[in-house]
Amino acid sequence: MKFDLNKLVWPALRQVSSGDVAGLGKASFSKRTASLKSRLSDADRVVPSVCPYCGVGCGQEVYVKDEKIMDIEGDYASPISRGCLCPKGSATMQLVTGTHRHQKVLYRRPYGTKWEEIPLQDAMDMVAVRVKKARDATWEDQTGKGHPLRRTLGIAHLGGATLDNEENYLIKKLFTSLGMVQIENQARI
Amino acid sequence: MTATGFFTDTTVCIGCKACEVACKQWNQLPADGDFFSGRSYDNTIHLEATTWRHVAFVERSVPLSGRTTAHPFSWLFMSDVCKHCRRAGCLEACPTGAIIRTEFESVYVQPDVCNGCGYCVVACPFGVINRRQDDGRAWKCTLCYDRQRDGMEPACAKACPTDSILFGPVEELKRHAELRLAELHRKGVTEAYLYGMKEEDQPGTEGLHAFFLLLDRPEVYNLPPDPAVPTKSCAVSWGCMALAAAGMVAAGMVAVRRGGEK
Amino acid sequence: MAECHPVGFQWVMEAKRRGATIIHVDPRFTRTSAVADLHVPIRAGTDIAFLGAIVNYIISNDRWFREYVVNYTNAPAIINEKFQDTEDLDGLFSGWDAEKGQYDTSSWGYEGVEVSPAAGHREMFSGEPRSERGAMLSAEKLDPTLSDPRCVFQIVKRHYSRYTPEMVEETCGVPRELFLKVAEALCENSGRDRTSAFCYAVGWTQHTVGVQYIRTAAIIQLLLGNIGRPGGGIMALRGHSSIQGSTDIPTLYNMLPGYLPMPKATYDTDLNKYVEYNKSATGWWSEFPKYIVSLLKAWYGEAARPDNDWCYGYLPHITGDHSHMVTVAAMADRMVKGYFVMGENPAVGSMNAALQRKGLRGLDWLVVRDFAPTETAEFWRSAPEVVRGEVTPEQIGTEVFFFPCSAHTEKDGSFTNTQRLLQWHHKAIEPPGDCRSELHFVYHLGKRLKELYRHSDAAKDRPILDLAWNYREIGEMQEPDAEEVLAEINGYTLPERNPLSAYTEVKDDGSTACGCWIYCGCRKDGVNQTARRKPGSEQDWVALQWGWAWPANRRLLYNRASADPDGNPWSERKKYVWWDAAQKKWTGFDTPDFIATRPPDYRPPEGAEGIATLSGIDPFIMQAEGKGWLYDPSGLLDGPLPTHYEPQESVLKNPLYGQQCNPARLEWIRRDNPYHKAWGDPHYPFVATTYRLTEHHTAGGMSRWLPWLNELQPEMFIEVSPELAELRGLENGGWATVSTIRGEIEARVLVTERLRPLNIQDEVLHQVGIPYHWSWIGRSTGDAANELTAFVADPNVSIEESKAFSVNVVAGRRPPGPRAAAAAPLTEPSGFEDPPRDLEAVQGKPIGHHGLRTGKKELTEEG
Repeated sequence: MKFDLNKLVWPALRQVSSGDVAGLGKASFSKRTASLKSRLSDADRVVPSVCPYCGVGCGQEVYVKDEKIMDIEGDYASPISRGCLCPKGSATMQLVTGTHRHQKVLYRRPYGTKWEEIPLQDAMDMVAVRVKKARDATWEDQTGKGHPLRRTLGIAHLGGATLDNEENYLIKKLFTSLGMVQIENQARI
Repeated sequence: MTATGFFTDTTVCIGCKACEVACKQWNQLPADGDFFSGRSYDNTIHLEATTWRHVAFVERSVPLSGRTTAHPFSWLFMSDVCKHCRRAGCLEACPTGAIIRTEFESVYVQPDVCNGCGYCVVACPFGVINRRQDDGRAWKCTLCYDRQRDGMEPACAKACPTDSILFGPVEELKRHAELRLAELHRKGVTEAYLYGMKEEDQPGTEGLHAFFLLLDRPEVYNLPPDPAVPTKSCAVSWGCMALAAAGMVAAGMVAVRRGGEK
Repeated sequence: MAECHPVGFQWVMEAKRRGATIIHVDPRFTRTSAVADLHVPIRAGTDIAFLGAIVNYIISNDRWFREYVVNYTNAPAIINEKFQDTEDLDGLFSGWDAEKGQYDTSSWGYEGVEVSPAAGHREMFSGEPRSERGAMLSAEKLDPTLSDPRCVFQIVKRHYSRYTPEMVEETCGVPRELFLKVAEALCENSGRDRTSAFCYAVGWTQHTVGVQYIRTAAIIQLLLGNIGRPGGGIMALRGHSSIQGSTDIPTLYNMLPGYLPMPKATYDTDLNKYVEYNKSATGWWSEFPKYIVSLLKAWYGEAARPDNDWCYGYLPHITGDHSHMVTVAAMADRMVKGYFVMGENPAVGSMNAALQRKGLRGLDWLVVRDFAPTETAEFWRSAPEVVRGEVTPEQIGTEVFFFPCSAHTEKDGSFTNTQRLLQWHHKAIEPPGDCRSELHFVYHLGKRLKELYRHSDAAKDRPILDLAWNYREIGEMQEPDAEEVLAEINGYTLPERNPLSAYTEVKDDGSTACGCWIYCGCRKDGVNQTARRKPGSEQDWVALQWGWAWPANRRLLYNRASADPDGNPWSERKKYVWWDAAQKKWTGFDTPDFIATRPPDYRPPEGAEGIATLSGIDPFIMQAEGKGWLYDPSGLLDGPLPTHYEPQESVLKNPLYGQQCNPARLEWIRRDNPYHKAWGDPHYPFVATTYRLTEHHTAGGMSRWLPWLNELQPEMFIEVSPELAELRGLENGGWATVSTIRGEIEARVLVTERLRPLNIQDEVLHQVGIPYHWSWIGRSTGDAANELTAFVADPNVSIEESKAFSVNVVAGRRPPGPRAAAAAPLTEPSGFEDPPRDLEAVQGKPIGHHGLRTGKKELTEEG
């Protein structure tokens, strides 16, 4: 059987046997090293995205394999960011895949001392009922002078600057139509 | 293949630490833990087995040339990294052949070969390489060897917003660095100089594949002024290897004996 | 900018490489200062004095851009003879109504003319809206020589005549030589061939004079001819991925999408009145009716008909200020039952955090949506006052729902960045567990409410039943189709539902629906323009084929001003948009921001109306008269010209006027929101300012959970100078306690020369830097800076003052035991006479609901 240099496991032995005493040649490469490549080449798809942190709007590319995110990097094509990301943008993968992310709805009863997990659909039903109740109880039709109000000051909203335009649009559309006026977001604070 | 490396121009670094995080992200390195150092904005302090890029923050009561401030002051940043020395102490000290010179002439630790002996740790004149406490093996910057294989640039250089970290063929980087230095000198930034670029400037390493443009003495950035690889000849390296080999044989014999006892 | 927008800052570094001079004005020496050519440390809260002195420098040294100023600004306009300046009235403008506690702005206007402000700001009017506003522009009196003492130019000149380099030294603590370098550098780099830009963030806005800070920069930039031109402008660096979008499609109380004002109860009683009060007879806002009618068609579909005012009556009406702090004060007084908080964390991120949490305790129910339970979600069990035992969970009746949210990688949608650029992010994977998008939550909540109200025949419930709420549901999770929502925002024809391609196609006859007129065109030809990603390297530098910018994919607003009055580029170097005489249209690198075929020599004929009133040299088309305003004849509540006022809590007496603070500011006179003395409070001798660090994001909800970021800035700290450290015995790396009358926080100490005491008026003045990222939840924790701050605000936009206030600092950790704000102040400063914040005429300002002291008329009268 012919001696196969590459089958020697210990690189140092290969170096000796191949005469590469300085340790500079291919001989010293382990099998893993020899086949090393970027893990991105295994991605199923690359999804164009935008950094979720500040207002600069750096381009991101999200690499997905087996329906899991394997990497998030800057997008060279973006004329805004040219592939760069700041430390927060570079940590986006940890933000979206980290163990800190809660995956269940939590509920705290009035005067309660602990969180309880409740099903999403039930929680949605409960919120809807409370919106209706608060709205009906605090409805104002007009001012003392007879000017129209058609509103409730009993329900308020805060948030929007981290959300999508489409989300803000539905928030504004639904909540305004419910008669809510106290709709605010980070833009003011 | 062409030798590739980094040219880190500290005059345009903004200390954002994107390189530190991008490196951890790509290489999936854990955080080193939370420690408020009180040393400017530097809370990771130095390169580590799990911190392969580190930004140094230097506050000085000295102004930089050409800058106007209300009082004499400047704040220097430098993103430090493995220098990928032309003559690498770690590589020469490695008895297992785990540390290799890649086709990009970078210095790479093969994690599947490294046995954690730690000889490399003391052999690095920059204190770059270190062993991870959790797995015992030695780790450091790979110059994103895996990415380079696919023609991609290293994660830190890609993320760097101001091109303080430039990646490319070493010879091109050298030309670029010379031009940049001349430009700065022309603008009156006479304190600027190149660290470790040329063999004659740093005979102890024969020059670095990751070199720097600095604005103050190397010590200020926690860099050695005259680093030298401790191994002066291959013999030492091979001596180490022989020792290790003997150890391995012995260990193997013990293992066989133990196995036999079972 | 390098600190908070590092990637945006790459362009500053690129400019520097090409020879630009970078000037950084900041109380601290930051990462921006480190690479700037010039760092100017300034006393926090004095930028108007600094900028006003630049105005004075430009005018008194004759460095202004004459041709630009004469043609494109309101410099020649003659102002009402009744107008009196702050120079005449010791810090007040004419028109202060002592009884109402507000300005009557009528004396500020153009001689013989009433001008309407841009529509989005009309709610700021404190008086009766004037129905014929803007109709008489042709009667405007002008002095093109700019020499009439009552012309805007001369008024501006007089107003800032005392804003000298010496005054800058006394007020801002900036050495006069340093100031002169800045002023000279700006002038040097402006003109036909060069432009300068200003960048700012909340360091300028979060003041009781926040809007006027920006106005001062606008005056400088107009005088130097730096608006509407490449390399010029005033750029707000916004801190969230879609904070611009949430202003355009406002989750804000006072606006409807596209900067249409919310109806006001007293005036906008029906659609005709609403249009009458908010439309402008001239300028682009003359198109107003089209935008509101098409919005109502988008919201109420077939129910919106001409015979029912297009359902205008479905819209709720405002009765004054319903902004965040006003609402929270009402909550604390148990006037609000339910509260939705989505991706925001007021218990940490909003001022007077203890009062915020008192507000949360006053609710019946609270819904929080975020990645993980935030301080806002957990206020009932682990807030400082709960830990200290002042309040127990058993005493808190608020029902709390926490919903986990989807990440941006788990949903389709668009963000609008700081340059008004809409960019689409595509869904990469499904959200885990019960995580859902806000789109999903709101859509399904809407469906449930429609069901709950299904059998109602009450008039109040019609808007819910008639709400157009049909979006395609995708997949098992029934996620609504975000692109369908975008299609509605873009607008379409009726009944065909063909996408509109530009806002000029929006109609007021019910034949179009459009959810946000300024976004019209973002789905031109049915193509999602916001998802365009033609690489920057394959386009010219304007990169019009990357994403889509409102309006009409314009990247630079008011770019008509990049050409001279004849329509030619000011210079070859600064060429951007110009008049092509051969083709008889405007052309250039960008979409021209002008009526495409209106020649430079066009002058409106007698009796012209609407857009026809804009002449060929009126680049500022959203203004009624098409000119940039050096002087604001109507729009703001606190004066037509920016004036230096001290912060609510200052360490110094106002060096310029007897009036210490902005007379029109909003204050909350409540026991849970006490203030320090106006100045020189011996208990709180230092200036404090809050800010962000590169390594964290806002209140920390998206950063303090991430180990990769936490190791970089692991703990709450404050920054102090070596001198202050010595004065107070603070050790680097040790602990300090910072206090205001509202609260105390402990923090690690970072002693650094990046903070320096200022020498002002022969006194040594210390400033303290306080990052605001931390609080008690997450993997990196610490006390929250907002335990210190107060409810006090700018009158125009109700933004708080957190960038300049007074504090005390002592060595050591925060002592245990009860603290102030949650209930009532525990320590009243004593033994010190209270210096007045206001001139006598201002002191009688009425106090309205929930302690709000304001001059805003409607609030005290109705509601």
